[in-house]
Amino acid sequence: MKLPMMGVINLIHEADEMEALTGNRCLASVPFGGRYRLIDFALSSMVNSGIPNVAVFAHRKFRSLMDHLGSGSNWDLHRKMSGLFLLPPSMEDQTDFGKGDLYHFYRHRDYFTRTPLEYVVISRSHMVCNVDFAKVLDQHRESGAEVTVVCKRTPEGTPGLARKAKLDDSGRIVEMQDHFGRLDSDIVSMEMYVLSKELLLDLVETSLAQGRDHFVRHAILTRLHQLNVRAYMHEGVLGVVNNIAAYYQHSMELLRPEVWRELFFKPGSIYTKVKDEPPTHYRSGADVSNSLIANGCDIEGAVTGSILFRGVKVAKGAVVRNSIVMQNGIIGENGVLENCILDKEVEIRPQVQLRGSSEVPFIALKRKVI
Amino acid sequence: MCMRKNECIAMLLAGGEGRRLGVLTKDLAKPAVPFGGKYRIIDFTLSNCVHSGIETVGVLTQYQPLMLTRHLGIGSPWGLDRREGGMHVLPPYVRQKGGTWYKGTANAIYQNLGFLESYDPEYVLIISGDHIYKMDYDLLLEAHKKNNADATIAVISVPWADASRFGIMKVNEEGRIVEFAEKPKKPTSNLASMGVYMFNWSVLKESLIRDEANAQSSNDFGKDIIPTLLAEDARLFSYQFNDYWKDVGTIDSLWEANMDLLEERPSLQLNDRSWRIFTANPNQPAHYVAPSAKVQSSLINEGCVVEGAINRSVLFNGARVGEGSLVEDSILLPGAVVGRNAKIIRAIVGEGAVVGDGCQVGSFDSEDIAVVGSGETIALTTEDKEAETV
Repeated sequence: MKLPMMGVINLIHEADEMEALTGNRCLASVPFGGRYRLIDFALSSMVNSGIPNVAVFAHRKFRSLMDHLGSGSNWDLHRKMSGLFLLPPSMEDQTDFGKGDLYHFYRHRDYFTRTPLEYVVISRSHMVCNVDFAKVLDQHRESGAEVTVVCKRTPEGTPGLARKAKLDDSGRIVEMQDHFGRLDSDIVSMEMYVLSKELLLDLVETSLAQGRDHFVRHAILTRLHQLNVRAYMHEGVLGVVNNIAAYYQHSMELLRPEVWRELFFKPGSIYTKVKDEPPTHYRSGADVSNSLIANGCDIEGAVTGSILFRGVKVAKGAVVRNSIVMQNGIIGENGVLENCILDKEVEIRPQVQLRGSSEVPFIALKRKVI
Repeated sequence: MCMRKNECIAMLLAGGEGRRLGVLTKDLAKPAVPFGGKYRIIDFTLSNCVHSGIETVGVLTQYQPLMLTRHLGIGSPWGLDRREGGMHVLPPYVRQKGGTWYKGTANAIYQNLGFLESYDPEYVLIISGDHIYKMDYDLLLEAHKKNNADATIAVISVPWADASRFGIMKVNEEGRIVEFAEKPKKPTSNLASMGVYMFNWSVLKESLIRDEANAQSSNDFGKDIIPTLLAEDARLFSYQFNDYWKDVGTIDSLWEANMDLLEERPSLQLNDRSWRIFTANPNQPAHYVAPSAKVQSSLINEGCVVEGAINRSVLFNGARVGEGSLVEDSILLPGAVVGRNAKIIRAIVGEGAVVGDGCQVGSFDSEDIAVVGSGETIALTTEDKEAETV
């Protein structure tokens, strides 16, 4: 069913510490989970919730993101009247590029004003989750909140950099701090904000008039005492993926069948760009266990505790252990990988052995031959 | 209406019932039967068209078209959703003076002469959605032009023992067809028709009109159109095809063709980036292979969860195999579920079918391939369970 809410996936100044993995791409298009890109989770959640149009506010290094999103057809967002809008920075001059997201929202304010949809959800791309925004909106309306923030209770030591929030007994957010703050709370913000379009446009204009241009830091955090900002507690899986440790650990979480089932199917399916790869061919001698394997792979060697993206070849005698091999990787005969992350199209020559540790996995750059 | 000129357009016969496929075609046409872990049979011919540069394809449907038309959609999986041309689904329809079902392959094309006229191509390719092969029809067209032929039939050498199951032709040294016999008792050649015909549009149109006027005709390309043209000394040429081609018309041949894909060097290469087989993708997550699993010589598609042992088998998207189970020499169609400690041997388990814990389907001793129909559930009876606990 159609929801009276529009989506924004906000990539402007989206902070990441993903090192080599974002050398040539934005965080939103980092490959994840065997065949997805990070943005697929927020985007699919929005589509499955019935949000009819989604704007992706692109900022930097978005070539691969554009290629991935295309017309939006893989998410059924190639619509006549609404659908997917890719909005790169629209600037008066180059210095505008560095300005905050509120400035860019302002430059693209027509996107907000041209549809009659009453609500907006503003999300980032690095939250690996499957959220029903219809439920968030229900709570938003029932609770009388002016802003509803999707939050999640996470145990101490969960990797990934996320803002922390403190709630009062009624569920109102009374304090929220950046990830480096000292706030003692196990509740993290999933950086998904639901508010009325009217309030958003008001916040955009009043903040910019005061010379403040960051949505969360300026428009929300400084107004926690004026605005009724409440938390919606997400019960499903969450992976905050914005540094290597988080990328590696949350990837490996997918090897738990209950996480796999919940993240990819509940409440809706996660979609991505299809590639028409054939089913994976396991040859005689293949020895695969506890692994997530995408289509188009050709496996003759041993793979355990690992994630293989589409089109990976594992030759005879090769061993892939606790590693992530992105699209079209080749592991030559008797090659050994342990605790490695190979970016796309990396080739490991025969007999080569690479080892990282689970805390600091070895990372190979895109198209490297080792 | 002004249409961009199409040199060659394809007419794909997809109305076949596939009676010999039994329960597998109870609710769907033969071209919609799943194949190769991810595809439906018709994907091969449609992908061939696209890779050969044919961008206008009429798909003639008749028998049980629901699943087939849903699969085809507007042709987008094959890039055939075009402003000009593209894919057209052509079912039989009612006209002012009645209208009939498609009576035969030739009659099906005859009933769509209006469609062909609206494009007015130079050449018409007639193919069928029943076969598994990868072929560049452009090479066939080149040969057709070079021979200045009226019609060209793609042929393949088959074992002599099988020759009487096909349309068999004898050709002279320049490839011209001198004799044609549909399913001959005593074949004089082993060159079999692949059911792939390239016609000059004018020749095709004229023969179809004449064939329709002949009340004795069965309106079939193999039985009527080709023999008539041959008798009239038309320029009929053969085009020899030397690659993998398989008619998957029976349970055995369907099973065999799937098993062919599992060879170390399969003669039909699915993992071929220059000739990818396109299909409607289900968009499911990468499959999960559990610590308890063992997978050898098999094809596994997205969305599967494998906890048991899989040997020489093909698993379609979303199939699940529980711990302690063995799947060998078998095919699990989309969403098929095999419980724990079950055995699936030399079998095809239909779409969404469930084989319960401890059950066995098929066996190594059986000549026949066991088939579980789509949506069926197989479970141990209470007596079975009691017998087990004893």
